[in-house]
Amino acid sequence: MTIAVKFENVSRHFDSVRAVDGVSLEIADGEFFSMLGPSGSGKTTCLRLIAGFETPTSGLISIHGADVSGVPPYDRDINTVFQDYALFPHMSVLDNVAYGLMVRKVAKAERHRRAEEMLDLVKLAGLGGRRPAELSGGQRQRVALARALINHPRVLLLDEPLGALDLKLREQMQVELKGLQRKIGITFVYVTHDQQEALGMSDRLAVFNEGKIEQVGSPQEIYEHPATEFVAGFVGNSNLVDVTSAERIAGVTGALSIRPEKIHFASDFIGPPDAVRAGGVVHEVQYLGAATRYEVVLDAGPVLFVIRQNIATAGRHGGPGVGERIELAWERDAMQSLKSVAAGD
Amino acid sequence: MACVTMDRTSGATALRRRVSTLLYRRSTFFLMLLLAPPLLWLGIIYLGSLLALLIQSFFYIDEFTGQIVYEFSLRTYAELISSRANLDIILRTMSMAAAVTVAAATIGFPIAYYMARHATGRTKAFFYLAVMLPLWSSYLVRVYAWKLLLAKEGVISWAFANAHLGWLLDGVLALPVIGGPSLSVSYIGMFLVFTYIWLPFMILPIQAALERVPASLIEASGDLGARPNETFRKIILPLALPGVAAGSIFTFSLTLGDYIIPYVIGSSRFFIGQAVYIHQGTAGNVPMAAAFSVVPIVIIAIYLTIAKKLGAFDAL
Repeated sequence: MTIAVKFENVSRHFDSVRAVDGVSLEIADGEFFSMLGPSGSGKTTCLRLIAGFETPTSGLISIHGADVSGVPPYDRDINTVFQDYALFPHMSVLDNVAYGLMVRKVAKAERHRRAEEMLDLVKLAGLGGRRPAELSGGQRQRVALARALINHPRVLLLDEPLGALDLKLREQMQVELKGLQRKIGITFVYVTHDQQEALGMSDRLAVFNEGKIEQVGSPQEIYEHPATEFVAGFVGNSNLVDVTSAERIAGVTGALSIRPEKIHFASDFIGPPDAVRAGGVVHEVQYLGAATRYEVVLDAGPVLFVIRQNIATAGRHGGPGVGERIELAWERDAMQSLKSVAAGD
Repeated sequence: MACVTMDRTSGATALRRRVSTLLYRRSTFFLMLLLAPPLLWLGIIYLGSLLALLIQSFFYIDEFTGQIVYEFSLRTYAELISSRANLDIILRTMSMAAAVTVAAATIGFPIAYYMARHATGRTKAFFYLAVMLPLWSSYLVRVYAWKLLLAKEGVISWAFANAHLGWLLDGVLALPVIGGPSLSVSYIGMFLVFTYIWLPFMILPIQAALERVPASLIEASGDLGARPNETFRKIILPLALPGVAAGSIFTFSLTLGDYIIPYVIGSSRFFIGQAVYIHQGTAGNVPMAAAFSVVPIVIIAIYLTIAKKLGAFDAL
């Protein structure tokens, strides 16, 4: 595995704000890598550090093995798709896409030919003569993508590129972006605050919080084995069980997280004999369509959310109502011990 | 009794509600109602007087009686362009306006750029104040102050003499056409004062245009491989051009029409403003004054057409 981007203990401070605080990271060549985190978590600053718009306060960034300190953005083999697309309003779509070639002094006919090809790739053939202002949000997003790809960068940075699109278009673009990345085989570094997007598209992702990386791993690793309370809560929904309750319910030392869909009604459950069982009272029922969400107050104290797929048509096998007693069960594997709230940490 | 009062109030309320409903549903009518006074003002006072001026320029003055003949004729315009002296006045004024505009843009752009893209907080406030402050004091006071500064015994000559650069100033003043006996009676002096007086009108529109250029566009240009000077030429300058065009319309037309600065600073050679003043006042030749006034309008129209052709307004 060759490494495309490497951060060694990189920090970026703005006066007293530690936007990025001691981040170490390796992104493999050809990988779809996402940086996931809430706003202000440092993910966008990390992206801007790779692009060269920011310089690290301390630490080392190397790209394809070469230290890039002091290398300006225009000398980096990296291109960016900006959050607001940053299309040049005074140029046609074709000239926008061809801009990277123009500044490299490629002849006009050649650069227009290649820009047309690029527009074709992002399914905007024939729109080259328009102005950016005449395009829809989704089309502008594609122009930004075509413009960033025309110089054949080895790393493409994408800063929340789908943030401004509506849900349907966003889902469609997720599939297309992933397909495009597979087709051209370059490294994508994708910044998003949308965990669904990050899980669905990435080969690996890093979860950011307060300028630090909480966890790096494949989508499955992050979702199934969240390392910290923050990751468990930010990526998907989790039931967080504190140290005392964990001891009381499951006889386990240390705080836990359990995904709501991994908790079953004991009546449905055919599991190993060492499975954990706990009784409680249904406090709230929320019908979600594909599933129903139950809020159960356990006799042992904590409140657990349970997601139950509506496999049977509701009415015939409807679940328990509010106030009814229920027994819950889950496998020992479903419980993830967490670092940050563990006793004696 | 109480009943009647109540009826009356509810009647008034109902009327009010009906009117507000009408205004809400007929939004065009409401818009017209709001726009009518300013449009009438603009139409009658402003465009109307301009039209009256234009019409005046098509009358002519009878050479024997000195009376204005109120019939359509191009005689005044023919007289305007057939006179060598009049053409000189127009050319002189245009050259001065062009030189002042170029100088104001050259000096104004870097200042506007710094204000828009680098200065923040107190520095920015300071720059705004520094640009605006001269506009708060009287125009006449500033012009006469400059006359003192530029005079032969003035502080500028004094400074040159003390820096042992008196020969330089004398050399510049010895230049034909633009020179003169002293700065205060030369085209150079007039140019300096014009540039000083109209500079804020160049800086502010450029600054506003630059302020509207998102930082991400500049980053995107660099990201795509453009060096800073290319980014400046291909992105920043074209996007600031409407601001430069707006600023240059101010400086150009203000210089074209001004008659106080050529009167106070400079020699006895006339500028358009002075010609208008003389023709409509002393000479009583209102048609000629009107024809002279039309000249700047035509020049600005031509200028705007060229600017548009060159793409100065593409970024609007």
